[in-house]
Amino acid sequence: MLKFFLRRLLTFLPTFIGVTIISFGFIRLIPGDPLLVLAGERGMTEERHAEMMSQFGFDRPIWEQYGNYLSGVIQGDLGSSIVTKRPVWDEFFTLFPATLELSICAMIFAVLLGLPAGVIAAVNRGKFFDRTLMTTALVGYSMPIFWWALLLIIVVSGMWGLTPVSGRISLMYYFDDVTGFMLIDSLLSGQKGAFGSAVLHLVLPTIVLGTIPLAVIARQTRSAMLEVLSEDYIRTARAKGLSPWRVNGVHALRNAMIPVITVIGLSVGTLLAGAILTETIFSWPGIGKWMVDSIFRRDYPVVQGGLLLIAVMVMVVNLSVDLLYGWINPKIRNR
Amino acid sequence: MRNFFKLASTTAVVALIGLSASAQTLVYCSEGSPEGFDPALYTSGTTFDASAHPIYNRLVEFKTGTTEVIPGLAESYEVSEDGLEYTFHLRQGVHFHTTDYFTPTRDFNADDVIFSFDRQGNAENAYNQVSGGTWEYFNGMSMPDLIKEIVRVDDYTVKFVLNRPEAPMVANMAMDFASILSAEYADAMLAAGTPEMLNQAPIGTGPFEFVAYQKDAVIRYTRNEGYWAGNTALENLVFAITPDASVRYQKLQAGECHVMPYPNPADIAAMSAEEGITMLSQEGLNVGYLAYNTQVAPFDNANVRLALSMAIDRQAILDVVFQGAGRQAVNPIPPTMWSYNTAIEDYPFDPEAARAMLAAEGVENLSMKIWAMPVQRPYNPNARRMAELMQADLANIGVTVEIVSYEWGEYLDRSKAVDRDGAVLLGWTGDNGDPDNFLAVLLGCDGVGGSNRAQWCNADFQALIDAAKVTSDPAERTSLYEQAQVVFKEQAPWLTIAHSVVFMPVRNEVQGYIVHPLGGHIFTNVSLAE
Repeated sequence: MLKFFLRRLLTFLPTFIGVTIISFGFIRLIPGDPLLVLAGERGMTEERHAEMMSQFGFDRPIWEQYGNYLSGVIQGDLGSSIVTKRPVWDEFFTLFPATLELSICAMIFAVLLGLPAGVIAAVNRGKFFDRTLMTTALVGYSMPIFWWALLLIIVVSGMWGLTPVSGRISLMYYFDDVTGFMLIDSLLSGQKGAFGSAVLHLVLPTIVLGTIPLAVIARQTRSAMLEVLSEDYIRTARAKGLSPWRVNGVHALRNAMIPVITVIGLSVGTLLAGAILTETIFSWPGIGKWMVDSIFRRDYPVVQGGLLLIAVMVMVVNLSVDLLYGWINPKIRNR
Repeated sequence: MRNFFKLASTTAVVALIGLSASAQTLVYCSEGSPEGFDPALYTSGTTFDASAHPIYNRLVEFKTGTTEVIPGLAESYEVSEDGLEYTFHLRQGVHFHTTDYFTPTRDFNADDVIFSFDRQGNAENAYNQVSGGTWEYFNGMSMPDLIKEIVRVDDYTVKFVLNRPEAPMVANMAMDFASILSAEYADAMLAAGTPEMLNQAPIGTGPFEFVAYQKDAVIRYTRNEGYWAGNTALENLVFAITPDASVRYQKLQAGECHVMPYPNPADIAAMSAEEGITMLSQEGLNVGYLAYNTQVAPFDNANVRLALSMAIDRQAILDVVFQGAGRQAVNPIPPTMWSYNTAIEDYPFDPEAARAMLAAEGVENLSMKIWAMPVQRPYNPNARRMAELMQADLANIGVTVEIVSYEWGEYLDRSKAVDRDGAVLLGWTGDNGDPDNFLAVLLGCDGVGGSNRAQWCNADFQALIDAAKVTSDPAERTSLYEQAQVVFKEQAPWLTIAHSVVFMPVRNEVQGYIVHPLGGHIFTNVSLAE
């Protein structure tokens, strides 16, 4: 297992270097001078422009800028935002817990509902439940996030008044961040009702962000289960007289899990992409909205630093998924 | 699940009651996050709303709801006869905020004024490079060229010595970048090795004290007890950052906030009809225009420009693009600005006359480009749509229009070129309520190849605005600017399109809120009905 882990880890390094090149190059490929965007209609004189180019180091050759960036990255310095003037690292870790908390909740929501739904659909293949579920999943997968979010806000918050419209916690509660995770911090604060408020604020964003992964997981679980259910060993298990629960829930599901885990791993990228819209609509102070704003402002250090950190997160998740394969199916370790 | 929602909704109701229990807590659903809390470092209105207006004061202030300059931290000022010296007499007994992170030992005095400006212009000042200071507004308003020196006459008198007479100087001193910070606090933070705290944990003399900022989520302020202009009625001010306009509307309806800026144009009619909401409005201090390149034929001919302008149906633009949230622009300055010339008559919309004028000038089969901005601005909510309407109107008089666009930074840069091909859609939002800030910046000869997108340099116009810049007599300046507008209208370097109307929905319990023409959202004189 250790050898397998090290082999996987080795592939991490070139990917990391590749990501630094892409994140550095990506924002520079988009036309637009960050300083001119910053100046807006007011503009700036050529002398002032040259002075600022030099101040930010944008006047140096591109390879030199990349070299400086890479050496900064290795030393843990991602630079400072052109707009807010604050270190990228600080901004990222101030906002990241909010995105992580929302993504974890969305993933738990998607897995808790998606897995059983997929299993039940597979077991009842072709029946009413299966058809209804798969149609619903298709609708869920196709639904534009912003539309779905606004619909839920208007109906659930506006018309029924069941949940707050946006934000992470009611404004009446005020306490310092300890972990950055509102569910934990609200408990630690000891303020009556704070935790309930935090949970309530999570309901709609979780549903919105979790909808697409839920649909994907349900569909993937169903098709993986269908494949496994037609295997000989399942017939044998049934012939042995095992209960349907044991056949489906243990023998079939465990073997159907490999493609499902792959999908769950890949969904992390989808979650981060979905977080951009979800966070904007629900005024959720996470990294999705931060990245979008930075791209519009051509805030080079934030875009390249943020992309790098997000890419590393996705790489770590994929590495974990790879390791999980090896654990679930020992045959994979030797491939 | 039903029980959970029951519990949850009860919690939500309790939360709202809890918020309103503190009767004088106003929640403002702001549209974005501040970049920081030192207004001199930034240029966005969102940042000024969160910093300059609640936390700080300036030597002079704009009276809320107008562009009139009134005393601020300076009780009075005088200008020398040659217009080169501005002496400000400072108010005594003004204290800086006492917070849990700083306790001032002295009141506001001349040192704070000197510090607030010196750090922006003096590279030797320890704060010049702190927080990556680029001092955009200070540089943009030409302060380094303008200010020769700032002299501390005594504890409560400061003299600004200028290199040249500049009548808009007083209005400049009321701008957000001219906010006065505490020199004592700055020194303390420098000594502690945390100078960036000046930008992150601000201390000012303004009506509200900063309490906390949770990035991209909430900013909290509390009342500045003993504020020099009298305590505010509001005890607490909360900015709930809500970027999506539809969501802000939902929050306003649900009572989760009291005031929201920038409603969707499509929602304005429905909001106005709602019982719990009062819709305030005010013409913005801005102008949207189409600038011809007056240095390229046939647009170097004023009659051709006039003919094209007469062929464009601006009422249709107001209806379709502004959806009613705009007013047709006659002059290059907005009607809320002093010296606006009400005697000037607008061009009629008359395609037949336009066609005849073009023929008289010998212009046939004209093809031109119209540049459409790629971004939405207050003075132009949809430039592409606007350009399409113009394209259709001009086709009616036999002019073929090609619409072009570039990425925003590129657009701003390329549209400055003197030999630019085509007319440019652009606009301007005023900084200091002074006509010079529109007429000289956008139409003066110095702006050719830069902010003067019409590349228009007219000797008569220039003489008038130059004369207005060096005289400090308001009546004389008014007369000069009125004449300048007449020259502008005759020469038609732009088609003036519209001044947008700013809408501000507030809940009915909000009292005393005034929409500010300079664009800021100010809560100093606001209260909540019990």
